[in-house]
Amino acid sequence: MSPWPPPRGPFKSTLKIGGRKMRKYQRRNFVKGMLFILPWLIGFAVFTAYPIIASLYFSFTEYHVTTKPQWVGLENYKKLFNDVLFLKSLTNTLYYVAGLVPIGLVVGLVLALLLVQPLKEIVFYRGIIYFPSIVPAYAFATIGIWFFHPYLGFINHILGFFGIDGPMWLSDENWAKFTIILLSQWGAGGTALIYMAAIKDIPRELYEAAILDGATRWQMFKKITFPLISPATLYYLVIATLGALQIFDLPQIMTGGGPANSTLSYVMYLYRHAFTYVNMGYASAMAWILFIISMFLTFLIFKTSKRWVFYYGARR
Amino acid sequence: MLGKRAKEKIRLNIMRLLLIIVTFVYILPFFWMVSTSLKADQDLFLIPPKWFPIPPEWSNYKNAIEYFPFFTYFKNSLIITFGSVLGTLLVSPLVAYGFSKIYWPGRDFFFYLMLSTMMLPFAVTMIPTFIIFKKLGLVNTLWPLIIPSFFGVPMHIFLIRQFFNTIPDDFIDAARVDGASELQIYWKIMLPLSKPILLLVGLFQFIGSWNNYIGPLIYLTDEEKYPLALGLPLFLDRYGTHWNWMMAASTLAITPIVIFFFFAQSYLIEGIKLTGLKE
Repeated sequence: MSPWPPPRGPFKSTLKIGGRKMRKYQRRNFVKGMLFILPWLIGFAVFTAYPIIASLYFSFTEYHVTTKPQWVGLENYKKLFNDVLFLKSLTNTLYYVAGLVPIGLVVGLVLALLLVQPLKEIVFYRGIIYFPSIVPAYAFATIGIWFFHPYLGFINHILGFFGIDGPMWLSDENWAKFTIILLSQWGAGGTALIYMAAIKDIPRELYEAAILDGATRWQMFKKITFPLISPATLYYLVIATLGALQIFDLPQIMTGGGPANSTLSYVMYLYRHAFTYVNMGYASAMAWILFIISMFLTFLIFKTSKRWVFYYGARR
Repeated sequence: MLGKRAKEKIRLNIMRLLLIIVTFVYILPFFWMVSTSLKADQDLFLIPPKWFPIPPEWSNYKNAIEYFPFFTYFKNSLIITFGSVLGTLLVSPLVAYGFSKIYWPGRDFFFYLMLSTMMLPFAVTMIPTFIIFKKLGLVNTLWPLIIPSFFGVPMHIFLIRQFFNTIPDDFIDAARVDGASELQIYWKIMLPLSKPILLLVGLFQFIGSWNNYIGPLIYLTDEEKYPLALGLPLFLDRYGTHWNWMMAASTLAITPIVIFFFFAQSYLIEGIKLTGLKE
């Protein structure tokens, strides 16, 4: 089992484009292949390659769309690192990543371990737990505000019932980010399903052998389940980290960045500069810094993965 | 001393209890939403709260609809979503065929190039893409939200290609020997065999487009062009203190998703396992 990069097809390319001259049928297949992928290739050029280069160029300019970009060199980058709000949005975002990624992993994994139990009504639980993860964030945000409302919300009613004076949640700058992280856990069903599939793929014999050796449940989880689902964990870490770095919908709708900019995320601040202040050069510089951060984190995850990702049946 | 089977039975019942608690927690916000949407104004402030508002205050829905043009938003969401689903179903399998069933030099290079773009943050390409659509005069139309899917969606191309790879080559080679063109093979052999994966990709695109918030936020300014993604937060801004109306509007906005989920659930649950995991 190999999650990433996905395995090559049955065909291994032994041909080099630049090197030997292509034979006639190869040339014909080349043309055919290119024609089939042409729509994507055009889309790639127009909506991916060009924008990456263009935003790099814009990041060195002052650009307000209506007038031509004016070259300013490194000015935008210099300004950014003296911009208090930029630094605030960056640290907020790192806080989101540090909270969302590990908490989401634990919640998803615990849900998966519950959902693989051989109960006849399991489909019912699975459906309900998965449902919130396809509810759009813009709808869940409105429900979330009301659910966590400091005075009238459900959560504080329940806490009050137990004699606990609930926090102000989204209205308290020390709690707001955490509230958003907590609310995001209603979307953990997707992760749970991926883990569920990985757990079901583990050969039964391994557990049977472990039981014969007198292993406890916790030992089996630590020594069998967790290592064998590590490819799913790798997939989760990459997707969740990239997702958390770009968190936007929930804080944008629920708090608009407040209170006291405590929930302002990186992409929210980028969006503000690009589309509220129409300050495209400055926003492009932010986009490129985000690009570099996300490449760095992805690289870091893949780099360490060689040490902890285990492919059952594959040679190490 | 309990027997092995009795022990297992106790363990399973503990799991069942935990699952019931977790399921309850996951359904709770939605219960609270529907319950609130049926409360009279004065009941909102009751402590402890009424769980089941009796009699239900249906007029909240009437008021919500009056200030919340649900059907306009719903129609715009549908146009965006169906346009994108059509685009991805027309184009993504075509590209996947080029990455799967035709063996050509350079194919792997382009395939890995495509995979690497899947990890690119949206924010990196957002600004120049906006400027392209602005120059084309398409800002404040639904087109920028639909057009990109007509150039193939990398995630979907990847999923379809993985499916195509499981279809034996002999099958296609036989057709080639009989003189079928690649387009004929694609259209008459591959597509009919690929209905399950096409359905899945269509469902994924449906959810992706329906749930997209930042896209409409960037491109749309006229309220009559708003999809639900913008309409609901707008209602929150304007009438957010009328919590019972707000929750009535939210309930209306979520109803299509509930219906969709009811029909698509089993496909989605089977299909989500394919995303990036299986060989």
